[in-house]
Amino acid sequence: MSPTRPLPAAVELEALMAMMLTINGEAKSFDAPADMPLLWVLRDILGMTGTKFGCGIAQCGACTVHIDGKPVRSCVLPVSAVRDRAITTIEGIGASPAGAKAQKAWLDLEVIQCGYCQSGQIMSAAALLASTPSPDDSDIDAAMAGNICRCGTYVRIRAAIKQAASGKQS
Amino acid sequence: MTIAKDIAAEKTDGVSRRALLTGGLAGGFLLAFHLPLRAGNEPVQPPDVTEGKFAPNAFIRIDPAGKTTLVMPQVEMGQGVYTAVAMILAEELDADLAQVTLQHAPPNDKLYGNPTFGLQVTGNSNSIRAFWKPLRNAGAGARTMLVQAAAQQWQVDPASCRTSKGEVTHRETGRKLSYGQLAIAASSQTPPKDIALKDPKDFVYVGQPLKRFDTPDKVNGKAVYGIDAMLPDMKFATLASCPVFGGKVGKVDDGAAKKIPGVRKIVVLDDLVAVVGDHMWAAKKGLEALKIDWDEGPNARISSKDVWQDLRAASEKDGVVAKSVGDIAKGLASGDRLDASYELPFLAHATMEPLNATVHLKPDSCEIWTGTQIVSRVQAEAAKAAGLPVDKVVVNNHLLGGGFGRKLEPDMVVAAVRIAKQVDGPVKVVWTREEDIQHDVYRPVYRDTIAATLSDGKIVGWKYRVTGSAILARWLPPAFQKGIDIDAIDSAVDGPYDIPNFHVEYVRAEPPAVPTGFWRGVGPNNMFSPPNASWTSWPARPARIRSPSAAACWAKTRVCSPRSITSQRNPAGASNCRRGSDAASACSRRSAASSPPWWRRKSTNKAKCICAGSPPRSIPASPSIPIRSWRSSKAA
Repeated sequence: MSPTRPLPAAVELEALMAMMLTINGEAKSFDAPADMPLLWVLRDILGMTGTKFGCGIAQCGACTVHIDGKPVRSCVLPVSAVRDRAITTIEGIGASPAGAKAQKAWLDLEVIQCGYCQSGQIMSAAALLASTPSPDDSDIDAAMAGNICRCGTYVRIRAAIKQAASGKQS
Repeated sequence: MTIAKDIAAEKTDGVSRRALLTGGLAGGFLLAFHLPLRAGNEPVQPPDVTEGKFAPNAFIRIDPAGKTTLVMPQVEMGQGVYTAVAMILAEELDADLAQVTLQHAPPNDKLYGNPTFGLQVTGNSNSIRAFWKPLRNAGAGARTMLVQAAAQQWQVDPASCRTSKGEVTHRETGRKLSYGQLAIAASSQTPPKDIALKDPKDFVYVGQPLKRFDTPDKVNGKAVYGIDAMLPDMKFATLASCPVFGGKVGKVDDGAAKKIPGVRKIVVLDDLVAVVGDHMWAAKKGLEALKIDWDEGPNARISSKDVWQDLRAASEKDGVVAKSVGDIAKGLASGDRLDASYELPFLAHATMEPLNATVHLKPDSCEIWTGTQIVSRVQAEAAKAAGLPVDKVVVNNHLLGGGFGRKLEPDMVVAAVRIAKQVDGPVKVVWTREEDIQHDVYRPVYRDTIAATLSDGKIVGWKYRVTGSAILARWLPPAFQKGIDIDAIDSAVDGPYDIPNFHVEYVRAEPPAVPTGFWRGVGPNNMFSPPNASWTSWPARPARIRSPSAAACWAKTRVCSPRSITSQRNPAGASNCRRGSDAASACSRRSAASSPPWWRRKSTNKAKCICAGSPPRSIPASPSIPIRSWRSSKAA
């Protein structure tokens, strides 16, 4: 879950930097401090509010996005670490086969209650389905353990991942 | 004793605990509350909401293109109420779901007040029970006016017309007019005096397991919660309150915080400090860089030990009698005796969406974006904090990322308004998770003490004392009568057992310093204790009881025969079907079928669970239904 690329050595973390990110296949330009977590870039600078703030310390999973297809917690990921990487958010995940399957299964099985955590749940599930097309319970446990749901939709999340994997209709 | 009598009386009409609330309020709220059928007296809604549309009541707007807007009096926080409410309205209106848009209601107790409270409150698990009839009347009244308009145009008897999917059809000639085509003409029709409701056998939506209307936007990031409000030139703020309840700000050294790029302002109030910045990251870093000396005040010396000591001492005293049946002294004098006490800790609600409110305060007005269970109270409290008349405060409600009772309090909005007084332009105030947990309005500590006696395998005496906060005394003072908080004793007085000598007392005991508030669900403090005590006291536990949960124990208990169905909780977990309600719409067929026979409702008069017996029909497709703020053009 940690950024896979170290911060540039001589970067003045707090100074504003002109940056460009590729998010859901689109180039986005903006100014931000190098140490600003991607979550706040998405939400407060780019207005992409589908990615949620839940805890700010990578403990709840609500802020999960994909960097080069891997799920990461954007609330602790400095934006300077993800330049020139492919970023996918909940707004764009439906364009991938695994994401579309997860979204469909989520709706077929009525997984969602309040929905606030579900952006992150779907991002984690889509990454799992892309890397492990037929996950078993332990795969699901391992991939989804970091995503908390206060409404308690876990049982349906598991069922939806299995349905998305099997391709069966409800 | 009055309370006990009220409870007994309620059972006759199939209404449970919370009807006691209206009883406790001298029966005034239900009578005082009514839904005006015309839109003409909607005081705080701007004309653009209804102008040029058929707006027969507070809940329905149909424009000439047929676009049908249904206004949601209760808020969606995951419980599915936007779907249920829209289904009931659409059912009696015979609306076409493909043309429906849902809208959050603006603050207005008169139009959208929950009949149980007389206030715009979503809570107490009562949305469908409370709104079932008002919503059906609203839908049916509107449909009648549309039919009248069509019949007038065709010069035919309205009885010769039928409605379906947003159209009126003349049976004999097959002529059709859509609701959109009729919108203007229907506006000048006289509202019907006697509203004819559908026969439940004709329901097309109610009783069907439709897909939820709010969820399609929740899988692709489009759903907008309060925390997602975005406004041009908005600033972002986060805050710290004194770690000790009631403490004040002492000295603030903001030298380091001011140097952080993006930090625009430090707001120091008597009880909190906020940092305003260009984004949450700047605000958060700024807050961390502040050096704050708190004046912690006298509560700094209170510990958990003190809280429990006070509570235990209070629970040793006699309480106010909430219910007494038979002779408790006699009942406790015979048989084998069990004494048990149960202590429940403070709990933070911890909604997934951290507390937040966005405020744009101007000299003569205030606009707010947030998600709340009490939108009219938020408006009133914000007006007080802003020093403005109530009608100068606009509140845009949103989807809630969880409520659980936390958003039955207005404190987060009041704090945001106070901060906004020192900010030019709109400011979004977001609590960090740490502040959200540390400054909750907690589920109180409770102590439940139970003395029970067993004779021949049956409970013959049951003395139950509940000790804890009276939240209603603070939150809805008229409901706190005769020293009894009916919310605190709810599940204690309203259980499933026939016990010959049954006695419940309540002791009000407010914990020192710690603010206490509602917890999700009903009887949250004493749903556990009675079944656990009865289970513990059971001489030979039946093998079938595996789950220690209250519901399982209650459902399978054979010690005492269950009383009439109207006093039961639904053990099968049909959350929308519980208690004596004729709210058939949200009752799932599966849960009704899997419930024990005594839970299934008899098909008599209004205590009828329609879905349990109606045959399956083809399920109408649920389209993705957009949800808009009532002033979405401004909020966008």
